[in-house]
Amino acid sequence: MSDALTKARLLLWGGAAFLFLLLPLVFSGGFSLSMLSQMGIMVIFALSYNMLLGQTGLLSFGHAVYFGLAAFVTAHAINFVEVGALGLPISLMPLVGGMTGLFFSLILGFVTTRRPGTPFAMISLGIAEMVAASALMFTTFFGGEGGIVTNRTAGGVNWGISYGPQIQVYYLIAVWCFVSMVLMFAITRTPLGRIANAVRDNPERAQFVGYNPTRVRWIMMSLAGFFAGIAGALATINYEIITAEALGLMASGNVVLMAFIGGIGQFWGPIIGAVLVTWLQSALSNFTQAWLLYFGLLFLLIILFSPGGISNLVTIHLPAWRAGVVKRLMPSYGYALLTGGLTLIGVIGVIELLYRGALFVGVHAVIPWIASGLMILIGGFFLRRAIRAVRQVWDDLSPELARWS
Amino acid sequence: MEFFLITLLNSLSYGLLLFMLSSGLTLIFSMMGVLNFAHASFYMLGAYFAYQTGLVFGFWPALFLAPILVGIVGAITERYGLRKVHQFGHVAELLFTFGLAYVIEEVVHLIWGRAPVDYRIPESLNFTLFTLFNTQYPAYRAFMMLVSIGMLISLFLVLTKTRIGMIVQASLTHPDMVQALGHNVPRVFMFVFAGGCALAGLAGVLGGNLFITEPGMAFAVGSIVFVVVVLGGMGSLVGAFIASLLIGSIQTFSVALDLSFLDLMIGLGVTIDPDSNWYGGLSITISQMAPVLPYLLMVLMLIVRPRGLMGTREG
Repeated sequence: MSDALTKARLLLWGGAAFLFLLLPLVFSGGFSLSMLSQMGIMVIFALSYNMLLGQTGLLSFGHAVYFGLAAFVTAHAINFVEVGALGLPISLMPLVGGMTGLFFSLILGFVTTRRPGTPFAMISLGIAEMVAASALMFTTFFGGEGGIVTNRTAGGVNWGISYGPQIQVYYLIAVWCFVSMVLMFAITRTPLGRIANAVRDNPERAQFVGYNPTRVRWIMMSLAGFFAGIAGALATINYEIITAEALGLMASGNVVLMAFIGGIGQFWGPIIGAVLVTWLQSALSNFTQAWLLYFGLLFLLIILFSPGGISNLVTIHLPAWRAGVVKRLMPSYGYALLTGGLTLIGVIGVIELLYRGALFVGVHAVIPWIASGLMILIGGFFLRRAIRAVRQVWDDLSPELARWS
Repeated sequence: MEFFLITLLNSLSYGLLLFMLSSGLTLIFSMMGVLNFAHASFYMLGAYFAYQTGLVFGFWPALFLAPILVGIVGAITERYGLRKVHQFGHVAELLFTFGLAYVIEEVVHLIWGRAPVDYRIPESLNFTLFTLFNTQYPAYRAFMMLVSIGMLISLFLVLTKTRIGMIVQASLTHPDMVQALGHNVPRVFMFVFAGGCALAGLAGVLGGNLFITEPGMAFAVGSIVFVVVVLGGMGSLVGAFIASLLIGSIQTFSVALDLSFLDLMIGLGVTIDPDSNWYGGLSITISQMAPVLPYLLMVLMLIVRPRGLMGTREG
C-alpha cells in the first residue's frame, strides 16, 4: 500500500467526520434532522449487512432479526435505567445492542451458516419468520401490537447532555456511525476480511489453504450481527418506541434493497444505498401511494442493468475519467437520459392513473391514458436505440480504456 | 375421533395444496438452480386472475384460464428477466425473484386494492358432501383434493412416460448433452418455469376462495413453502411431497389444539403460582404456537440432518 493511498484515505475519513459534524448545521430543520438520524442508523445497518452479502457472499433475508432483537433488549435496558435497576449511560446503550446482536447471531448463525448459497437464503428467511412469529407470541417481552415504549432521557443529564433535543441524539448516532464505519472498514483489511472474500469467491480453495469456510461464515455473521445490534439500539434511542415490525420480513427486505441499490461490490456502496433509500422513502411516500412499487421497479432495473449497484456505475467510469474521454460518452448519455425520462414519465403516468382507480371506474381519463401510453411507446422505442448507442460508444472506447483500468 | 378424522381430511387437502406449490418450486430449482422467491406471488396472481376471469366467464373457465395466464406471466419473467440476470450469478437471480415478489405485490395493490377481494367458492360446489358424526364436510374441499391428486398423477405421468418428460428430465441433469442432441434447452427451461408458475397459479385458484384472496397471501404462504422445500430436501419431489403433507397436518392440527404446558402440569398435579414469571410462558397454548412450529421444525431438521428428508446434496 503506497503512502499516497493512505494519505488519500485519511483525507477521506477526515472529510466524512467533517460531513457528520457539518450536516446538521446545513439541514437544521426538525424534519431533516430526524431524517439525518435515520440515515445514520441505516448506514450502520446496511454496512453490517454488506459484511454478509458483499464480503462473505451470504445472501441473508433475515438480517433485521439482529437489529430488532437488539432494539428490544436496549428498550428494556433503558427502562431498567429509568427505574434505577441499571446504571449505564444512554450513550453506551449501543454497546448493549451490539452485544445482544452478537449473542443472537452467534446462536442463530451457528445453525444458518452450515449451508451456504441458496439454502442459506431460505433458512435465514425461515429464521426471520420464526422470530417474527414468536414476537407476537411473547407479549411480555415484545409488547404485542403496541411495542415497547422507552424514554431516552432516562439517564438524566451528564455533561450537559440529556438526549432530549434531537440534535444531541443526532450527534450520538453520528459518533457511533463513524466509529462503526471505521471498524467495519478495518475488518475488510484484516486477514479475516480477506479470507471471507476468499470463502465468497471459492470456498473449496479456501478450504485447501486450511481455513474452515463454515467457521469463517459464522464469525463474519456474528460480527455483522454485532453492528446490526448497534444500529438497532440507536433506533430505539432515536424513536423511543420499538414494535415487532422492526424485526419483520419487511425490515429485512429493506436492508437488502439498500445494500444492493447502493452496490455490494464497494465498501461505500451500501452507504449511498442507505442514504438514497431512506431519503426516497420519506420523500416519495409524501407524494405518492405507489412509492413501494417505484422502489421495487428501481431495484429490478438495477439488477437487470447494473448488478453492481450505483457504486459500480461510478467505478466503471473511473478509467474513462482518467483517460479523459468522458466527453465522448456524453452525447449518447444525453440521448439515453432524454428517452429514458420520456419513458419514465409515461410509466409514472400509467401507475398513478391505476392508483386512482382509473382502470375499472370509467373512461373519463382517456387523454391521460393515451398520452402515457404514447410516451411509453415512443420513449421505449428510442430508448432501445439509445442503449445501443451507449454500448457502441463503450465498445469504441474499450481499446483506449484498457490502458487505464 | 370425529375431531381427528375431520382435521386429518383438512390437513390432507391443505398438504396437497402445499405440494402443488412446492412441486413447481422444486422443479424450477432442480432445473435452473434458482430458488424462485416470487413463487408464492404467482400463487397469489392465480387467485386474483381467477377472481377477475371468474367475474366474466364464471368459475369453471377460470379454473383453466387463470393458470394459463399465470404460466404466460411466468414465461415472460423467465425470458426477459431471469435469463438476462443469469450471467450475473445465483445471488443476482435470487434477488431478481425477490424484487419481483415485491413488485407483484405492489401491482396487486395497484389493480385490486389493499382489501381482500370477494372471490368465492362457486355455487355449484357449495354444498355438504357428507356428514361425519356431527361435522359437515364441504364438497369444495373434496373437489380441491380431487384436482390436486389429478394434477399430481398427470404431472408424474408427463414427467416419466412422455417424450417431453424425458427431455425435461434429461435437461435437469445433462443440459449440455440435451443441447447437443438438438433440443432448445433455454426454451425447455422457459416452459418448465412457466409450468411451475402455472401449477402455483392453479393452487391459487383453488386456495384463494377457500382461504382469503388478499395482497398479503403471497408472503403468508411463501415462507411456509420454503420450509416445505428445505424440510423435504432441495430438489427432491418425493421429499417435497412428504414434507407438504407433514407441514400441512402440523399446521392444521396445531391450530386446533388448545392445550398448553400449564394444562399438562396441572394434569400431572404440579401447581404454578399465577404471579410467577413462568406463568405467562407456560400458558401459551399449542394453537398460539402454531405459526412458529413449522420454522422450529425446519431449524431442528437443519441441525440434525442439513440436507433435508430426501435431499441428496449438501449445499
